[in-house]
Amino acid sequence: MSLTEQELALSTTAERQAVTGLPGAVPSQDWVIVTRGITRNYDMGGEVVHALRGVELAVRRNEYVAIMGPSGSGKSTLMNLIGCLDTPTAGEYWLNGVLVSRMADDELARIRNREIGFVFQTFNLLPRASALHNVELPLVYAGVASAERRARAKEALERVQLADRMDHRPNELSGGQRQRVAIARALVNRPAILLADEPTGNLDSTTSEEIMRVFEELSRSGQTVIMVTHEPDIASHARRVVVLRDGRISSDEPRERFVASLAARA
Amino acid sequence: MSLLDAIRLALTQIRVQKLKSFFTLLGVTIGVMFLIAVVSIVNGMSRYVEVDFAQKFLGVNTFTLRRYPDFSNGNVTSETWREWQRRPQITVEDAEAVREALPQGTHWAINDMTWGSPVSQYRNGGPQSLVAAVSADYFVIKNLAVDRGRVFTEQEEMVGAPVVVIGKETAETYFPNLDPLGRELRLEGLPFRVIGVLEKQGSTFGMSMDRQVIGPFHSALKRVTKSRRGLYGVLVQGSSVPIEQEAEESAREVMRRRHHLRPSQPDDFFFESSESALSGWQSIKKVLVVGGVVLPAIGLVVGAIVIMNIMLVAVADRTREIGIRKALGAKRRDILAQFLVEAATLSLFGAILGIALGFGLAAAIKAWTPLPSSVALWSIGVSCVLGAGVGIIAGIYPASRAARLDPILALRSE
Repeated sequence: MSLTEQELALSTTAERQAVTGLPGAVPSQDWVIVTRGITRNYDMGGEVVHALRGVELAVRRNEYVAIMGPSGSGKSTLMNLIGCLDTPTAGEYWLNGVLVSRMADDELARIRNREIGFVFQTFNLLPRASALHNVELPLVYAGVASAERRARAKEALERVQLADRMDHRPNELSGGQRQRVAIARALVNRPAILLADEPTGNLDSTTSEEIMRVFEELSRSGQTVIMVTHEPDIASHARRVVVLRDGRISSDEPRERFVASLAARA
Repeated sequence: MSLLDAIRLALTQIRVQKLKSFFTLLGVTIGVMFLIAVVSIVNGMSRYVEVDFAQKFLGVNTFTLRRYPDFSNGNVTSETWREWQRRPQITVEDAEAVREALPQGTHWAINDMTWGSPVSQYRNGGPQSLVAAVSADYFVIKNLAVDRGRVFTEQEEMVGAPVVVIGKETAETYFPNLDPLGRELRLEGLPFRVIGVLEKQGSTFGMSMDRQVIGPFHSALKRVTKSRRGLYGVLVQGSSVPIEQEAEESAREVMRRRHHLRPSQPDDFFFESSESALSGWQSIKKVLVVGGVVLPAIGLVVGAIVIMNIMLVAVADRTREIGIRKALGAKRRDILAQFLVEAATLSLFGAILGIALGFGLAAAIKAWTPLPSSVALWSIGVSCVLGAGVGIIAGIYPASRAARLDPILALRSE
């Protein structure tokens, strides 16, 4: 039994649990991400801030999901948790069939290295390293030998049409090119998910469209893409839009419905 | 991340910040430079004293029977000194009695020395020369060879022929541009004929060994050296260490008997050998080596503190980089290794630079001061290990701070 993307987006927690499993159960192979009631509290000088108040999210392989929400909605916290940069206060997070919510630092580092490809708003390239070296970086931490590293990094740069800019440093590249280098770096270790945090936040609209086309192609070629953004225009490039409000998912709908409700509001 | 990757990364980092890196490693460089230089000087002096001085000046497997030590470490109390002055002189009769008692395989020579001012037809005055009235075997014991002419024979010594063998410098001073052989040299008005010129000897403790006049003991030279007031010493050389020791025992027995010493009384004479003369040097050397280690150690501690500070600044400056690396999968130990290797590489560079400068300093000291110096190979190894070690120790705290950074906060930093 499997739900279509539309059905999944519309389903209730109970219905979702019926397909992704009850707490403690290993989700089936189809599911790249399954979170079960994750919460995240921050202790801000004695006062506890509830950034996430029980998020239920399930993402199937090859989905293209946008996570939206106003600032303070908890979307950054959710992104950090999905990206294994942080662990939840409570709840389960299964990534690619592995329970990562209880992992220690170094295990999380390994998961980030193998399963997650980050694309950041500010690109986060090493300024003094060439494009090629930046792309090689995840492979360095994966322990890949230098010759293979180089070959795979070149291949990844070719995928984002930057083969001719390999030896350039970030400051010799345009914003769009920098973000494409970052995408190549995110893809080089063949991660389970590409996790983009405001990928167009520092780009003009033309370049933003260019990056969205790259994401579209990646999605079409089978890459799972999760994109965190606060821009509805950008979110509507994804095939499914999850909206967070006050630390909970307030809506989770296919693009068509999201676009329609946007139009209705406007 | 492999060690090679970490080293490559460290080298890139150092290359990017050349000037900063240079100042960072200055402390280590200076520390190592002085370590190398001081060890080189101590090593050089040690070789000088133990090889040149001990063997050239005192002779191999040789002891000198004397009233009291000539080479002591200087810490002689006035009481000891007074006791020495009360001792009987070493006489020619003592010397001959010792010779009678020596075992096979030994050389014996009276050596009576003084400082004198020779005069020749060509030159009057000049620096004082060492004047030695000796037995014929003196040349064998001291391993002295002539450059020109010959040494005197045992017969010449027995009959007291008025001949002398002179040092190279003496020859040049008193017979400028002349062949000194066959010419006359006067000492306190007494004439001597030059029959040989010694090979160049060099100097010991700034004292030229080429300024000497050596003549037969039984010649008039013994009046110059005032032998009646006691001999400088009696030289005995054994063909091996056991023979030397046996000879020393025989000589001791003879001397004790001649001085009528009871078994409870200590010796009232002294056997000076390279070991006894060097005992003072050994204690000086210990002080020098300790000084040579302590002073550079201060430099290294300063170097370590500088490196630690610079690495702390580097960690703060590169917080975002650390965040990026962590996001991409760097484990704590990867970050730790990166900064440790960087600190160690930096410090090792400093050490290598220090070794080079230390070599230079040692060479300069050798060239411009009377201090000898010779680079000890072990000091190079020690310096490299110290250099890397200082870097690692100085890097531990900054590196562990970097490794513990929260990736989320690190990524957010500017």
